[in-house]
Amino acid sequence: MALEIRDIHKHFGPVRANDGVSFTVEAGSLHGILGENGAGKSTLMKILSGFYGADSGEILLDGERIALASPAEAIDSGIGMLHQDPLVCLPLTVLDNFALASPGPVRIDRDDMRSELERVSADLGFEFDPSRLAGSLTIGERQQLAITRLMWLGAKVLIFDEPTTGISATQRLQLFATLRSLAEAGLIVLFVSHKLEEVEDLCDSVTVIRHGKVVYRADMPVPEETLVEKMFGKVFVEQDHDSVPLRDAMLQLSDATLQEGTTSIEGLDLDVAAGEVIGLAGLEGSGQRALLRACAGLLEPETGTLSVNGVNLDRCSYRDHLAAGVHYLPAGRLEEGLIQGISITEHLVLASEDKSFFVDWKKAERTAIDEIGDYSIKGRPNSNAEELSGGNQQRLLLAMIPDDVKLLLLEHPTRGLDVESAAYVWTRLLARRSSGTSVIFASADLDELLRYSDRIIVFFGGEVFAIGDAADLNGEELGYLIGGKERV
Amino acid sequence: MNNSRAALATSVAVLAAIAVGIALLLAVGAPPFEALSLLVEGSFGSASKISATLLAWSPLILASAGLVVTFAAGLWNIGVEGQIIMGAIAASWIAREVPGPGWVVVPLTIIAGAVGGLVWALLAGVLKTHFRVHEIFGGLGLDFVAAGMATYLVIGPWKRAGVASTSGTDIFREETWMPEIEAFGVGWPVLPVILGIISVVLVWLLLRGTLFGLKLKAVGNNAYSSYLRGIPTNRYVLGAMAIGGALAGVAGTVQATAFHHKLVPAVSGGYGFLAILVVLLAGFSAVAIAPIALFFVAISVGGTQLDLRLGLDSAFAGVLQGIIVLFVLFAGAWAAKNPGGTMTPQEEP
Repeated sequence: MALEIRDIHKHFGPVRANDGVSFTVEAGSLHGILGENGAGKSTLMKILSGFYGADSGEILLDGERIALASPAEAIDSGIGMLHQDPLVCLPLTVLDNFALASPGPVRIDRDDMRSELERVSADLGFEFDPSRLAGSLTIGERQQLAITRLMWLGAKVLIFDEPTTGISATQRLQLFATLRSLAEAGLIVLFVSHKLEEVEDLCDSVTVIRHGKVVYRADMPVPEETLVEKMFGKVFVEQDHDSVPLRDAMLQLSDATLQEGTTSIEGLDLDVAAGEVIGLAGLEGSGQRALLRACAGLLEPETGTLSVNGVNLDRCSYRDHLAAGVHYLPAGRLEEGLIQGISITEHLVLASEDKSFFVDWKKAERTAIDEIGDYSIKGRPNSNAEELSGGNQQRLLLAMIPDDVKLLLLEHPTRGLDVESAAYVWTRLLARRSSGTSVIFASADLDELLRYSDRIIVFFGGEVFAIGDAADLNGEELGYLIGGKERV
Repeated sequence: MNNSRAALATSVAVLAAIAVGIALLLAVGAPPFEALSLLVEGSFGSASKISATLLAWSPLILASAGLVVTFAAGLWNIGVEGQIIMGAIAASWIAREVPGPGWVVVPLTIIAGAVGGLVWALLAGVLKTHFRVHEIFGGLGLDFVAAGMATYLVIGPWKRAGVASTSGTDIFREETWMPEIEAFGVGWPVLPVILGIISVVLVWLLLRGTLFGLKLKAVGNNAYSSYLRGIPTNRYVLGAMAIGGALAGVAGTVQATAFHHKLVPAVSGGYGFLAILVVLLAGFSAVAIAPIALFFVAISVGGTQLDLRLGLDSAFAGVLQGIIVLFVLFAGAWAAKNPGGTMTPQEEP
């Protein structure tokens, strides 16, 4: 059995997302699909899983042409997709979620389903409590549930789209083991990623996509430099972190008690100097967001005092924090940052200092063209936010940061971005340090934390676990701290 | 979305709706082409009929213009019907109570109508921003209250001397009516038409050319992002409600002082709900509401001829309007779903 992709074309207006993609994957192999953001890999996977129709080209499974007009048809043909955010209906139980995909008659035999769930999950080495609500499962467990369901539906090809986002290190190991055993069992497993390390660890062979075309195809192992070169077209040189002389205190937080959800931070003292970069490390939901939201003025501390740039902000509104020069960029770029249905030009007008009642659209468009050039945004002045790729959305958000910002609060500033975009984001952020702007950012990327922070605050279980100078830490030590272990 | 494609879909939808209308006419045994020509003749067939159509058109575009503002802010201002009624009540109060010449009283009735609609809309707005009552429920509740209040005034405190009838209050003094201009042997509702056109132009300018309009759009599309951007979202929600309510209130004034010349329980004429359909068909754009509203009132006004001449129930005009709305919304959904290769890219290469 083999999956054969033949000359797939998909255009979005003038944009050629897939421009003649062809490759073949044999059964029993774990195949990596590499490409930077916007290379066209997501489009291809959406075509394979029936979300989009291709403009032209065909897909053959086991030598037979298969129809992929909808996700249901794709699953019928044996192609199952596991999304980055697993498609699990959170208010339903595990069993109901499993039964939801049942193609059978109107009546659902719950006992029958329960034994099916147990059988399939036991084969895969997963364990579920069928009566538990899916909302209480971790992302990793939701993935396992989605895999179980796809296997039960008879998937022969499984597509994993960036499956390691948002899961713990242990779950990642477990996921990789599952992927290997699925491939060994004779399935075709496609692993889509832009994380080189994961593809190197896991895959038997790799296809690299760039600008909508297959540019490279090889069996692993392949030197990392080769992959980077194929992905980006040039070898990227990493930039080192140079420290800026620290000046006066920019943020002073003393004896703060923060309470949000399961997070409870007590008696936190934190002084951040002008120009300093503070990294917040820890597993997702360990308290980083509470600290950022407290500094932004979105979460009122139970006790303690907060001042920014000498301005006391206790019991002040979010808008007072903004006025004091605090700027917060949450993780959800399109949910909490940009506004769908509004163009780049309009976003820049909203962010501009010019508050005159009538908008000079000609001037605004000129400004937009300048900023698009300045920040290398791939888009036109009238492109709406949702038309931009993740990296370009982040660039637009950067362009919207006011010039005189004192304290920048960022949540996962480079999540989902390729290496080049991520480096670009940091070049822009670090440039602001020289004018005294302080940066506090939360990240799950150890490399990013170590490379760009002056100091790192490690959160564990809703508390501040450790604070240390980034220069004194290495990746292994930081990994231990995030896992809640003292430094060795 | 591809505009020419959407326009084509809309034209096809209107033609299809007319085809279904013809089928319905045949089904009830009425001559379809005579009926259609009666619709046209009944709305544009003579100077007095054109004048009547324009008089109905004015409050509809006033209310629609207001709704374009509230829709831009992401609000389902179902309370527009009540805002029209409260505008009419406030204008009626001035017309009944304030003595003096027309050039004093008529402007006062317009201002009072605007204030009446504004207050009623702000009530729904404050219920939303401060008490977390969705504007659909708040607005619908306030619609009933306003309708009840109009009925109460008509059969209670403002009843005609000696008779308590739902047919309306006493006719207002003639000086308080919106003045008409005589030409071609009939009176023309110049002031209502001017008010309507000004409202459409102002709303278009507001949304197209001002920072206020852009911020309204931002709040309407993503209130949380807008809040984080530092836009005071509640203030913009209330601002949009105030503008929408004021324009609906002026529509109510027109209904009371230019059309009925008295307060009647059904003073709104259903123009609030009709305006919601107009704005939906116009794709929330201020410029498109004028022609679409004209088309709607032509069917309503012309529809009375069907009753007189063919013995059809005048509700048939409403049926035809409903069919058109359904078909056009269907066409819009179809055009959005089948963009013909113009879909916005998720990712760029």
